[in-house]
Amino acid sequence: MNLLENLIIQSRRRSPWLYHVNSGSCNGCDIELIACLTPRYDVEQLGICLQGSPRHADILVISGPVTRNSLEALQTVCAQVLEPKVVVALGSCPASCNVFAGSPVVVGPLERYILVDVYVPGCPPRPDAIIEGIARAVAILAGKPARQTEKEAVR
Amino acid sequence: MNLGMALLSTLIFPGLVYALPAGWLMRWMERKVIARFQRRIGPPFFQPFFDFIKLLSKTGVLRPGLEGLLMAFWPVLAATSLTVALGLLPVFPKAGGFAGDLVLLVGLLELPSICSVLAGFTSRSLFGEIGSVREAVLSIAYNLAFLMAMVAIAVDARTLQLSGLAAAPFSVGRGLALLAILLCLPAKLHLNPFSQPNAEQEIYAGPLTEYGGPQLGLWELVHSLEWVALTGLFTSLILPRTGHWLIDALLFVAVSLLLVCLLATLAAGTARLKIAQAVRFYIRWGFIIAALALIAAYILPGRGL
Repeated sequence: MNLLENLIIQSRRRSPWLYHVNSGSCNGCDIELIACLTPRYDVEQLGICLQGSPRHADILVISGPVTRNSLEALQTVCAQVLEPKVVVALGSCPASCNVFAGSPVVVGPLERYILVDVYVPGCPPRPDAIIEGIARAVAILAGKPARQTEKEAVR
Repeated sequence: MNLGMALLSTLIFPGLVYALPAGWLMRWMERKVIARFQRRIGPPFFQPFFDFIKLLSKTGVLRPGLEGLLMAFWPVLAATSLTVALGLLPVFPKAGGFAGDLVLLVGLLELPSICSVLAGFTSRSLFGEIGSVREAVLSIAYNLAFLMAMVAIAVDARTLQLSGLAAAPFSVGRGLALLAILLCLPAKLHLNPFSQPNAEQEIYAGPLTEYGGPQLGLWELVHSLEWVALTGLFTSLILPRTGHWLIDALLFVAVSLLLVCLLATLAAGTARLKIAQAVRFYIRWGFIIAALALIAAYILPGRGL
């Protein structure tokens, strides 16, 4: 039984699949997330994959200050990700609405609607920071406190 | 083929005990080769295995009624049919088989594609339906060439028994038919120039958009088994036989893996075509080569058995 649990924890740690939602982001964070997949950073060597469907994902990456139009879709997508899941807020916008704060069409910050596990601040954050954030999310997925396993999570 | 041999080939080699690790190895090789061509390091060796275990350990989607039952049924049916198909592969021609097992094999290899079309429609997701339509259209296009090539090989060897086909000597018709089958492999495996049905990012995940958790894990398994079965079919038809079972088995594995590298290279070097272009390609080139193979098989038959 213990062996099986270990295997499951190992496999969750080694194969985190991401789904990315843009809720009114300026595209800066989105470009930096895509940069993680390119040859320079190559997150596939950590088993990280960007998936097309939220049903396939383990980690939901949300960028943008949450606009009024995208809120309902965002909540639907978040409900579609199967348990166990972790939510990563990408950039400063989901945390504080950043420069969009006070706009009549922005209803953020994200934490009002969805429980956020990991914040990756920055405008936009560097790919290294994004990878570190995902590593923390992976540590949460594997069921251990983030700070202790931060190094293990990146193998 | 007696019952013992049938069980042995379905469960051990080239069946489940071989096909599970081989399928994961092939998926890993595919991803690794593509990554290396893009100057990336690529996934670690055990990646497909961990993906599979992780998917099994996730919670599933609860769907009420017939829809839920059917969505759970399609991947199971596809995996079962592929397992039986693996057992039929003529790796060792002397092991026997039965008259007409070619027809059964072709049918069983086609079932997973039909299952994934039905899965997309059962899920009633818009993207699933688009993926299913693409899969159906593409499978009609490549099956025209694929089935005609299989018929050409059967005519060439004058038998419908797989062991006879595998042991038949080389001839012009057989060579052309094998070329047509090779052309159909990327489409059957949804590899890059012909990856329209599961076009990732473009239509989310095609027929599998609404699948998640253990059922998606089963589909991953189906895809791995598909790799082993289809490369295995092609390999067992081109492989020369030495008569010693161990050498034959090792040659079979080696040539299968070589074929995986070849297909992954093609996938890394090309971009996705439009669905109309892909269909045109198969109707035109696949059909012409398969038709030539059929004509050659009638006019210049191999010696047969």
